[in-house]
Amino acid sequence: MDIQAPTTHLRPPGQDRGLRDVFANRFLLRLIVDKEIQIRYRGTVLGLLWSYLKPGVQFLVFYIAMGVFLDLNRGIENFAVYLFSGIVVMNLFSEVFGNASRSVVANGGLLKKIYLPRQLFPVSNLLVAFIHFVPQLAILLLACFLTGWHPGIKQLLAVLVGTLIISLFSLALGMLFTTFNVFFRDAENIVDLLIMVSTWASPVLYMWTMVREKLWDWVYYVYMLNPLTVAVELFHYGFWFPTTDNPQIWHIPPHLLTGWTPLAIVTSLILYFLADKLFRSQEGNFAQEL
Amino acid sequence: MSSSTTRHTPDRTEADLAIRVSHMTKEFVLRHTRSMKEAFVWLVKGRKGDLTAKFTALNDVSFDIYDGETVALLGFNGSGKSTTLKMISGVMNPDSGEILTREKVAGLIEVGAGFHPDLTGRDNVYLNGAILGMTKEEIDAKFDDIVAFSEIAEFIDTEVKFYSSGMYLRLAFSVAIHTDPEVFLVDEILSVGDEPFQKKCIGRIKDLVRRGKTLVVVSHDLGLVMDICERGIVMDHGTKVFDGNVYGAVAHMRNQPEEDVRREHEEGLARALEDKRRKREWQAREAAERGEQFVPQYDPDLDGPLAG
Repeated sequence: MDIQAPTTHLRPPGQDRGLRDVFANRFLLRLIVDKEIQIRYRGTVLGLLWSYLKPGVQFLVFYIAMGVFLDLNRGIENFAVYLFSGIVVMNLFSEVFGNASRSVVANGGLLKKIYLPRQLFPVSNLLVAFIHFVPQLAILLLACFLTGWHPGIKQLLAVLVGTLIISLFSLALGMLFTTFNVFFRDAENIVDLLIMVSTWASPVLYMWTMVREKLWDWVYYVYMLNPLTVAVELFHYGFWFPTTDNPQIWHIPPHLLTGWTPLAIVTSLILYFLADKLFRSQEGNFAQEL
Repeated sequence: MSSSTTRHTPDRTEADLAIRVSHMTKEFVLRHTRSMKEAFVWLVKGRKGDLTAKFTALNDVSFDIYDGETVALLGFNGSGKSTTLKMISGVMNPDSGEILTREKVAGLIEVGAGFHPDLTGRDNVYLNGAILGMTKEEIDAKFDDIVAFSEIAEFIDTEVKFYSSGMYLRLAFSVAIHTDPEVFLVDEILSVGDEPFQKKCIGRIKDLVRRGKTLVVVSHDLGLVMDICERGIVMDHGTKVFDGNVYGAVAHMRNQPEEDVRREHEEGLARALEDKRRKREWQAREAAERGEQFVPQYDPDLDGPLAG
């Protein structure tokens, strides 16, 4: 039975074109994001207030432990702003990474039955995370203004680029691990572990100079290769740096803007393309593995 | 394997093709290691032994479905018919072979799969409609029809978790039946709700058939399949064993001569039609006795299809 390929209109079903398909299904994406937000705090009295409360408490704990007990408060000017601008970045990262890497397994029931562009799920987690990111940013801005924030255009750009790096990097990791998670549920635990380590592996609770002073040179370079470190430093540069009174004492890592930032963007992009490739090569097997 | 002889046969061309399945083969992995430890040990030991056991779910299946055809996929449990449907919808990809379909293939596969219990009926209609490929405008336009068809209008703003399972299925089916794909896939969902609602659903599907919609149905209800479909494909252990008109397919399933199946079914249809006609006559007489004007309820079997 030899069949000639038809000339018109037919296409193989279930061919995902990645982000293009997600964009083509904006309406569905919006509904999924709405759903996630609606059910996140379902049945709670405080509702969306939890998005403010949780980072607030987290901040307080770190502030008391690191700032007061370990005296970083005296070592770093405006330590509260320094701390919170880093926490905000890490929260965005861990929310996107954590939820996106569970998204395919969590929506297994649906994926097994109906075809829809599967990248909708990790991408929807990114958008949901942004909605919880905004209130935290608002608190941070308030703190900044109280401490005399006077940013220039460079600082604002740094924040924007930092957000971009985090989004791309966390989405890429999320897509990578959500694919692993379909085949090995160990991935979920690895994700939790990575999230825990990542807070300490970037200058959120301490300063980057401590890494350079206490450890070997090569550790410092590896440390700076991490896009998270770069993003956190960009946030410090954007939010904390302009609030300090003596900018000459405090300095951002050398070549942050000219060297490390472009490198972080490239790293994240490469990772994203690899994740996208892996995801798309494996998604045909999701339905039977779930 | 007998060849298909349905009424569209002579003037079919490539342009009328709705689905083309050629040499579709699919293997499933039965025993799968779920931990990295096992996989790692297996790798270290030089990949000795098979980590998995395989099972051929579909073996070199080929068929073409043309626009306007109504095709039943028949077979006993585990014969591969639902897997075939999943391949056509794109949920799974074949290991080898090729599947081509029209752009919009969707329908009544496991209705309610996209429902979320914590959302209201209204939100679920939108979410599920979008999952089934409808645009916002389409859902807006059809929303009232969807709710009316489901007959649960008063609960539409209640969260779905408070619905009874019948109400839930009604709403889910109602959304699915209002989508307008080029090819409708129907997987064993005709057992929705109570009998009146079931009849309404089947009537709706017959209506789609009359309007020339391409339909692929998986069902074990052979009588219903003969009502709806004109072509039948019988699968057995992952291979296609029969492809022809639906009576032949049912005959193959029942191990009966085709003429008997056809005769029995046609007798059944004639009887049902006669019953309906008699019931209507009786209603008309009752009405006349009461001196009322009798307006018969619309029935496509008696009155022919509606316009549009």
